[in-house]
Amino acid sequence: MKASTAGWVFAAPALTVIGVFFGLPVLAAFALSLTDFDIYALANPDNLRFVGFDNYLNLLQNPLFWRALGNTLYFVAVGVPLSVTVSLGAALLLHSKLGTFKPFFRTAYFAPVVTTVVAVAVIWRYLFHTRYGLVNWALSGLGIDPIDWLGDPTWAMPTIILFAVWKNFGYNMIIFLAGLQAIPEDLYEAARIDGASPWRQFRHVTLPMLGPVLLMVGILTLAGYFQLFAEPYVITQGGPLQSTVSVLYLMYEEGFKWWNLGNASAVAFLLFALMTAATSGLLWYARRKGVE
Amino acid sequence: MSRASATASPARPARLRWAGAMVLGLLCLLLAACAKQDERQVIRFWAMGYEGEIVAQLIPEFERQNPGLRVQVQQMPIISAHEKLLTAFAGDSLPDVCAIGNTWVPEFALLDALAPLEARVGATPSMARADYFDGAWDTGMVEGHLYAVPWYVETRLPFYRRDIAQRAGIKQPPKTWAEWQRAMAAIKREVGPERYAILLPLNEPEPLLNLGIQAPEPLLRDGGRYGNFRSPGFKRALTFYREAFDQRWAPTLTNTQVANVWNEFGRGYFSYYVNGPWNIAEFRKRLPADVQDDWTTMPLPGEHGPGASVAGGASFVVFRSSQKQDAAWKLVEYLSRTDVQIRFHGLTGNLPPRRSAWNAPALTRDPYAAAFRDQLERAKPTPKVPEWERIAMEIKLVGELLANRRLSVDEAAAELDRRADRILEKRRWMLDHRAEAAAGSGR
Repeated sequence: MKASTAGWVFAAPALTVIGVFFGLPVLAAFALSLTDFDIYALANPDNLRFVGFDNYLNLLQNPLFWRALGNTLYFVAVGVPLSVTVSLGAALLLHSKLGTFKPFFRTAYFAPVVTTVVAVAVIWRYLFHTRYGLVNWALSGLGIDPIDWLGDPTWAMPTIILFAVWKNFGYNMIIFLAGLQAIPEDLYEAARIDGASPWRQFRHVTLPMLGPVLLMVGILTLAGYFQLFAEPYVITQGGPLQSTVSVLYLMYEEGFKWWNLGNASAVAFLLFALMTAATSGLLWYARRKGVE
Repeated sequence: MSRASATASPARPARLRWAGAMVLGLLCLLLAACAKQDERQVIRFWAMGYEGEIVAQLIPEFERQNPGLRVQVQQMPIISAHEKLLTAFAGDSLPDVCAIGNTWVPEFALLDALAPLEARVGATPSMARADYFDGAWDTGMVEGHLYAVPWYVETRLPFYRRDIAQRAGIKQPPKTWAEWQRAMAAIKREVGPERYAILLPLNEPEPLLNLGIQAPEPLLRDGGRYGNFRSPGFKRALTFYREAFDQRWAPTLTNTQVANVWNEFGRGYFSYYVNGPWNIAEFRKRLPADVQDDWTTMPLPGEHGPGASVAGGASFVVFRSSQKQDAAWKLVEYLSRTDVQIRFHGLTGNLPPRRSAWNAPALTRDPYAAAFRDQLERAKPTPKVPEWERIAMEIKLVGELLANRRLSVDEAAAELDRRADRILEKRRWMLDHRAEAAAGSGR
């Protein structure tokens, strides 16, 4: 047996599983996206039409799709940097020698990650209530007029971003913490002997050494944030004025609420293409910078 | 755990023997039960939400009267019921009988999942057609065939604060839109800028839909091929709706933003709240004692007098795939009996669809139910196309744009027609296709 054949044999079980549980469904979904499969087709296969790329073309002409795309990009563009910054900041705080009660804060920051979205969303909805919410009450102490956080289309998405960042930053924080702990202490020592300020130590030791971790966290967060769904589903149901409808939310409504599976598959593939493009862009940028 | 049982060694053998005997006994019991079950025919019955939970209390009596039958009730959460039924249809695992939302009947009839019931109703003297409210009965009719029999009905009408209305100088409940507008203006003057006359939640299609269904024109035209929202009648409803927000009678809020609708109603944040009969029990339970005498219900005002509204609720259907349709029908017949419906009303507060059941003292003496009794005579079904739920969502979304002044009345009507026409595209293709096929075979 040749070495390459043996390799294929060893890989075969895993490849089969991937093929059956990933490859096939993806192919089936792509085939579905070329038809207008809906409840009528479920009733009678004669009602199934092959529509080619019409689903995609219609989506590109559908204002709601663009709206959802815009909302998702807004969420990603603001949410990802914010989430990465906050988690890095929290990790640095927890890693610093000055910090006390570290295990307590580590647990406290991580707690939102492991609680259910639905439960905390209910609490957030109360916190951001226009008339009874703690947030507006605190703002009124500063003399700021009450803001209709979840009812005003301009404020709903920022509120959702805040919620998502608060909910998720603990996860990245733990990864950053592991990364920080892996940086050899003598590098800092050498930097200090050379007279580097804490900020310069951060810029020239911490950040470069964290490069690969930063890239991984960036990609994970990007992929996760493109799939925004649970937050608007629980807090605003896409409202007000569809300002929090995300691409995945649109797909859910098309597919599972209205059973337009053809259309929903097309949405899924467009989202997939978008995510591939964004992740590849990030990787290309990182490679150019020499981080990998 | 294991250590604890080890330290308790003296009692252990006896306890073990006991446990063994218990298990054996249980097994015997189970076996006996299984053996007994086999003799009876099992009817699988699915029901949604709270009703599904409560209906189990009515089953023992049915089983006593029909010794050969056993009912297996499965409760579905309302939120996922529709998905679950469609999935069961796709997987060929539908139950024998089910209570489904009235607006879903056309969809499942189109899927050819429902057994026609007119012959069975004809052979069942206890279920007289004339005893049922027209609107409720009509929801089960699709293309001339009866596919569903109403179990309970609901329609929406205003709950209102009698005390605030009286303080604003309104002596009796308004009957027309014009009177209602005057009443809302008076209440708004009375309660001031911080409070409102009416709550029209923007995350529900029902408030606008109930006004729109009063239009003399149908909501869809050409056999459900196109939207008909540009009709003069529907535009008048849109105008009325927009006016309520323009005049600040209604806040631009969703239900979820009003943290607790009952509390706010009790505090007088709004005086009119258009909602369904289940809220009678909720208001009784949740409003403070000193407000209990201050609220009541009234029929929904119409353009020129008491108006129509949407006939909602749930209906029994028997699935075509069932092997036990006769037994399933017996259950439907039992649950439709006037006395059982009265008992069901007592348990859940749901309103019976039969006029004779309304003669029960529990209902005749209920001051809040009277308006519903009146309104039910005018309740109308929504258009019978499977796409209706989806079009209703567009009514909600366009209504929200209208309330926020993003669209004018004419633009909203045109937009609704555009969205409905897009949703109905497949239906038009199918109807044309079917017509062509019929013409082809006739040749």
